[in-house]
Amino acid sequence: MILLPPPLLALHGVCKRFGVVEVLRDIELEIHAGEVLALLGDNGAGKSTLVKVISGVAPADQGSIEWEGRPVHIRRPQDARDLGIATVYQDLALCGGLDVVGNLFLGREIRRFGFLDEVEMERRSTQLLERLTRSIPDLRGPLVSLSSGQRQTVAIARSLLGDPRVLLLDEPTAALGFEQTTEVLDLVDRLRDQGLGVLLISHNMGDVKALADRAAVLRLGRNNGFFDVSTTPQEQIISSITGATDNVPRRPAHREAEW
Amino acid sequence: MKGMRDMPDETRADSAAATAKARQRRAGRAVTRALAGWIAVRRRMLSAGELGYLPVTLVLVAVWIIFQSLNSSFLSPRNLSNLSVDIVGTGLIAVGIVFVLLLGELDLSVGSISGFAAAVFAVLNVNNGVPEWLALIAAVLTGTVAGTVQGYSIARTRVPAFVVTLAGLLTWNGLMLVILGTSGTVNLDENGLIAHLTSYYFTNAGVAYAVAALATALVFLASYLNRRRRMALGMSHLPLHTVGVRTGVVAVIGFGSAYLLNQFQGLPLALLIFLATVAGLDIVLRRTHYGRQVYALGSSVEAARRASLGVTGVQTAVLAVSGTLAATGGLFLASRITSVSQNSGSGVLLLNAIAAAVIGGTSLFGGRGTTWSAVLGMLVIQSIASGMALTDTPTAVQLVITGGVLFAAVVIDSLSRHTQQAHGRA
Repeated sequence: MILLPPPLLALHGVCKRFGVVEVLRDIELEIHAGEVLALLGDNGAGKSTLVKVISGVAPADQGSIEWEGRPVHIRRPQDARDLGIATVYQDLALCGGLDVVGNLFLGREIRRFGFLDEVEMERRSTQLLERLTRSIPDLRGPLVSLSSGQRQTVAIARSLLGDPRVLLLDEPTAALGFEQTTEVLDLVDRLRDQGLGVLLISHNMGDVKALADRAAVLRLGRNNGFFDVSTTPQEQIISSITGATDNVPRRPAHREAEW
Repeated sequence: MKGMRDMPDETRADSAAATAKARQRRAGRAVTRALAGWIAVRRRMLSAGELGYLPVTLVLVAVWIIFQSLNSSFLSPRNLSNLSVDIVGTGLIAVGIVFVLLLGELDLSVGSISGFAAAVFAVLNVNNGVPEWLALIAAVLTGTVAGTVQGYSIARTRVPAFVVTLAGLLTWNGLMLVILGTSGTVNLDENGLIAHLTSYYFTNAGVAYAVAALATALVFLASYLNRRRRMALGMSHLPLHTVGVRTGVVAVIGFGSAYLLNQFQGLPLALLIFLATVAGLDIVLRRTHYGRQVYALGSSVEAARRASLGVTGVQTAVLAVSGTLAATGGLFLASRITSVSQNSGSGVLLLNAIAAAVIGGTSLFGGRGTTWSAVLGMLVIQSIASGMALTDTPTAVQLVITGGVLFAAVVIDSLSRHTQQAHGRA
């Protein structure tokens, strides 16, 4: 136990309410470096709210957040970004009229003599995308001419520019076809190998099975189990999502397994 | 910039060129390959819905051929020279419209602002004896302030720009009538600064050629230095002959125009100011952080907001630019007739300015277009007007034809947008 490094990001007893509605209650979550943690749950289970809590868009009301073992506060998106947490939202938030380079560097353009340094930005874009994907899109075509999988890649690449250590992906494959899904999953796989901690929200059990190391299930705003994806039968995870089984552990399952 | 990655690099100097014949053949092949590469890139762009300046250039050539065949004095140096001065006033206003269209918005107040600014100048200078340069600055600043007020209101209240600027249209027009008073028309000094804006010509032929040479040199240097830097960094870069072709096109247009203008009275000051403004603002839009923000906002406000861009600041600044250019354009229009009246800035001026920007290829949907589209669109509109005048066609027909061209431009814009999206799905 002592030999293990503390998790990159740990949430303890996080609560979030909107008015009288308690959306999240006593949430526990740990994200380790080099691991993909799937966040599962039915509609309205609180997955997106949890992402907003971590990314600082909707800060937690109660509970503590630890970054590499030391307590931190995430009150604004800027705080999360400064810690090294990057978020890719479901709608990607890209500019269709700008080209790939323009999108990647939007809001943090590299300048040279006061003017945009297109050459340097294009060079870094190429480097970054080469790291991520086999099929590099046309960097100078407008974004609308890219396939949706390529757009997802661009959105992820954009979030990686700040060298984050934890990446939150909100339904990255929801709008993608089979081939493009594979492409994005490959990319996430590569990011894990590069030592990032990834929190993957998905509805697709296939994706989760293929990619995630662990799965955390939310149900009605509470934890409803942590599972080792490779050893747990899929039915057990699904029944936990749907509420057929209520298993609220005091600690994440993998820790208990280590004892 | 576009498509440079796909072009092979054939520039490495071949030191072992054995015979002159072989060299010649190789040169021929290089040219053929350059052409083929260019055509391939263009074709790919066309099929992807990036039409660029192609439609407006074709329309312009067609208009010129038609009117030249109807009246042989249409393409005379005199007529073209007058044409080049006539486009400046409305053209400057159209450049401001381009900025607003890039946001995906519409500014209906530019006509009124141009008239208001001209009235401010006339009243200050002629009626109150304020020095011309001071009155000129005051007039231009009037436009800036009017635009800033509108822009800030739009950004803060999130009311669509066309509504706010419609209110502006009425307000500025009313204010103009107030300051002009009962007299109605104010005549400007025939030999003053403002009159000279459109009546001064650089009669020395050297000036026009020097400007053409400067433009050519700048285009060459920019392309060449860019190429050298990319080469040094081991990135894909333009083949040398493409740099040559690009420079050549600018040189032909530049020196050709200079020669034509020198056949009449030389380079008009108004045209020089116009082109310098357009080129300068083109660099601002495409090569600065500010310009990038304008394009980003035009594509997706939400994305721009999440990228923590200053949305309010950019929207205000764009409307301020539009107001400033409208005021400047108004002064050029007043200069052309050396008077300001209650009719200044009214009529088809606003519609012509918007039409020019759209005909030139700036998208109504935001995020696409450059300041040069204002020049090309204005050339089309003014060529039609000038040709109609030469051939004694009634104004009514002119309106119908300009309307047709505008409609075609909007359809092309919309189609190319759909094509781009469909291309993405493919």
